[in-house]
Amino acid sequence: MKKLFCLMVAVLLAVVTVSPGLAGEKVFVEGRAADSLTLDPHDATDGPSNGVLLQIFDTLVKFRDDSTEIVPSLATEWKTSEDGLTWTFKLRRDVRFHDGTPFNADAVVFSFERQRDEKHPAHEGKFAYWSYMFSNVEYTKKIDDFTVEMKLKEPYSPFLSNLACYPGRIVSPTAMSEKGVEHFRSNPVGTGPFRFAEWKRNDILVLVANRDYWGEEGPYLDKLIFRVIPDDTARLMALLADEIDGMGGVTPETIKILKEKKRSDIKVVANVGMNTGYLAMNMSVKPFDNPKVRRAIAHCVDKEQIVREIFQSMGKPAKNIIPDTLWGYNDDIVDYDYDLEKAKKLLDEAGYPEGFETELWYMPVSRPYMPNSKHVAQVIQRDLGRVGIKAKLVTFDWGTYLSKLHNLEHSMCLCGWLGDNGDPDNFLYALFDKDNAEKGSAQNYACYLSEEYHQLMLKAQRVADVEKRSAFYREAQVIFHEDVPAVPLAHGFNLALVKGNVRNFIFDPQGANNFQKVDLEL
Amino acid sequence: MEGEKVGRYLLRRICMMIPVLLVLSLLIFLMIETIPGDPAEIILGDHATPEALARLRTEMGLDRPWFVRYGAFLGRVVRGDLGESLISGAPVLDEIKAKLAATMELSVFALAVAVVVGVFVGFLSAWKQNSLFDYLSTVGALLGVSMPIYWLGFLMIIFFSLHLGWLPTSGRTTATLSLIPVTGFYGIDALLAGDWHAFRDVLAHLVMPSLCLATVPMATIARMTRSSMLEALNQDYVRTAKAKGVSTGKIISVHAFKNASIPIITVLGLQFGTLMGGAILTESVFSWPGVGTWILQGIMARDYAVISGGTLVVSALFILVNLGVDILYAFLDPRIRY
Repeated sequence: MKKLFCLMVAVLLAVVTVSPGLAGEKVFVEGRAADSLTLDPHDATDGPSNGVLLQIFDTLVKFRDDSTEIVPSLATEWKTSEDGLTWTFKLRRDVRFHDGTPFNADAVVFSFERQRDEKHPAHEGKFAYWSYMFSNVEYTKKIDDFTVEMKLKEPYSPFLSNLACYPGRIVSPTAMSEKGVEHFRSNPVGTGPFRFAEWKRNDILVLVANRDYWGEEGPYLDKLIFRVIPDDTARLMALLADEIDGMGGVTPETIKILKEKKRSDIKVVANVGMNTGYLAMNMSVKPFDNPKVRRAIAHCVDKEQIVREIFQSMGKPAKNIIPDTLWGYNDDIVDYDYDLEKAKKLLDEAGYPEGFETELWYMPVSRPYMPNSKHVAQVIQRDLGRVGIKAKLVTFDWGTYLSKLHNLEHSMCLCGWLGDNGDPDNFLYALFDKDNAEKGSAQNYACYLSEEYHQLMLKAQRVADVEKRSAFYREAQVIFHEDVPAVPLAHGFNLALVKGNVRNFIFDPQGANNFQKVDLEL
Repeated sequence: MEGEKVGRYLLRRICMMIPVLLVLSLLIFLMIETIPGDPAEIILGDHATPEALARLRTEMGLDRPWFVRYGAFLGRVVRGDLGESLISGAPVLDEIKAKLAATMELSVFALAVAVVVGVFVGFLSAWKQNSLFDYLSTVGALLGVSMPIYWLGFLMIIFFSLHLGWLPTSGRTTATLSLIPVTGFYGIDALLAGDWHAFRDVLAHLVMPSLCLATVPMATIARMTRSSMLEALNQDYVRTAKAKGVSTGKIISVHAFKNASIPIITVLGLQFGTLMGGAILTESVFSWPGVGTWILQGIMARDYAVISGGTLVVSALFILVNLGVDILYAFLDPRIRY
């Protein structure tokens, strides 16, 4: 008995591990909530896939590190024809793919045509983002080895921003053609700062430094490992136990636990995300057709409290539907202040001195723009009650919730948007233009049908000049503010935790972490 | 003659599995049918147009009545085709193989711990009935069955990983460890590769999850062993053996224990189900890349192929284990004849 016990203790002690790894090698282990689904850069739509693909592939143009401004990447310069239909790109000449083959016009044509052309031999996949962002592209053509031309069916200015997104990534045609798309999905070959090495699904994914990277800087890490730890608390534990160097999927709740642990060697990395949470009022339903009622409700929302308590201050109160990191943001707008007296007065004027009964729908899931939709709904419900509006809280499972919103079955609902391409069009047109208010597939949950707003959206889509487009969007935000089809609530922060010795860990405008410049102090 | 009988019995039992599996598959199919939304929406995502949705629904046959689709589903399952994951596009069968090895490694380890400790404790508390050890083990077993695995898991992580720094918090291996999977059982793979360092790493990662997963079955087995041992010890044949002057050790190990083991085996079979259920929780606490977390993610993402395929395979496994248990009876209890 005693011997057995001693043996068991001995075995237990024998397995106590020391962390392995070669001395001096810079290895960064990132803990993440979910595994990548595919490593085909043109077919991926989820964050975890994108987070890896971003390190392996480059695009013709990219966002600047800290804004949505477009700067050169694999293309050095570009120009647009006068009618805005033909775009010509000059390509870099000194770039090679990870498999040693050269990057050139053929690779660009292959990458885009495999998504567009249904008869292309490598057209295997759903290409959801291509049809969403590039259905307007007629063709991509090689002019010479380092020049390509893209032809649009009609002028569409967000096109350039779209090229910095998922479908704009350039793949090695040799790698994809020789071994097939299926093989490529788990063995991707690009031109980016990291090369693909190994993938054990739902466990770890390993990238190694591309020592021949063409960029002016980086990579500084030798190895980048993504490890799946689905549970938020378990991920935090792994960070606290020094098993990982950084983690994403950080919620305000995680920050709260971290504060209690008082660990000064762990840094919180935060910036305003490209997202907005808002309260939409269905204008096709009474009494929300009345602008005074909508303004009254805007005065009832205590955004400061919502951000402080529900976002744990890891967000920023919103006054516009686009976040201020986007160009075209109108900072002159003065927000409706939290003032119940003003709200009552407006309700009086609108003919509802006693208030009314309605429903307030809240999301069953947590998103960066709305960490706890139910709590947000409760705060709003309380204040609406104080001015006589009795709002019943309602929710459904997420799939049902979305399809009911698309069907415009709600009165008031909480919802939000994660921006795709950093273009104001992606928020202002996608979410509130009358084109998108058709029952069944409505994305415009306010059923906002303003013609004046619609005209501005169309004009902004048709000019290429960013200054001019900016002016249209600023004007549109003024109209939106007066009409209040929705009350913008907050922009949630992109949040990550990293160990103290991590340098240059930043978020790109889409909320992903580019590891090109990340370094470790050993 | 005897062998022929057993063979016929086995055949009958295996045939009886067919209707059970059929009902099971129908239940799974109907359960998924009641979830709002459909696979077409999942495949095309948020940006899908209604026309594209309608087209894909026709293509996938989603516009046909449910029994027609159930028939098609059955047809595919019989041919060993569980479909492809709607989210990752990979064949469900391939995915399940990799995940199953991870879960099996954990479950086998946990079951071994549960059986060794559970039987030992139960045995001892029956032998020393009403002793301090007996009382302590009763309290321990009660705690064991009522302990929420989630809570216990985190408690263990906080104590063994954060405070003592002895064991890793999660995963099957350290992230930087390179181990090439051959069998999928990492412990065996490490031994095959002759990599002692990797083996230690794998073992260290197994300790907490398997202890955590073993808690409930361990407690149940301990209680079951205790009560069936007590029952056996009070039987006439034990008294006769005592009267004949057989040694206490022999009475317990030969006369009592063999008879007491039948209910223990039954519980063992049933505990396998608990292990599978508990594996979902344990796997998510310890980020164990097994079937549990995989099905859970499938449910979250409404990946219909993963939910139906995964549940079907796990249930079939459960039925198989129970069949195995029934066959074991025959060897243990000569009264059971087929």
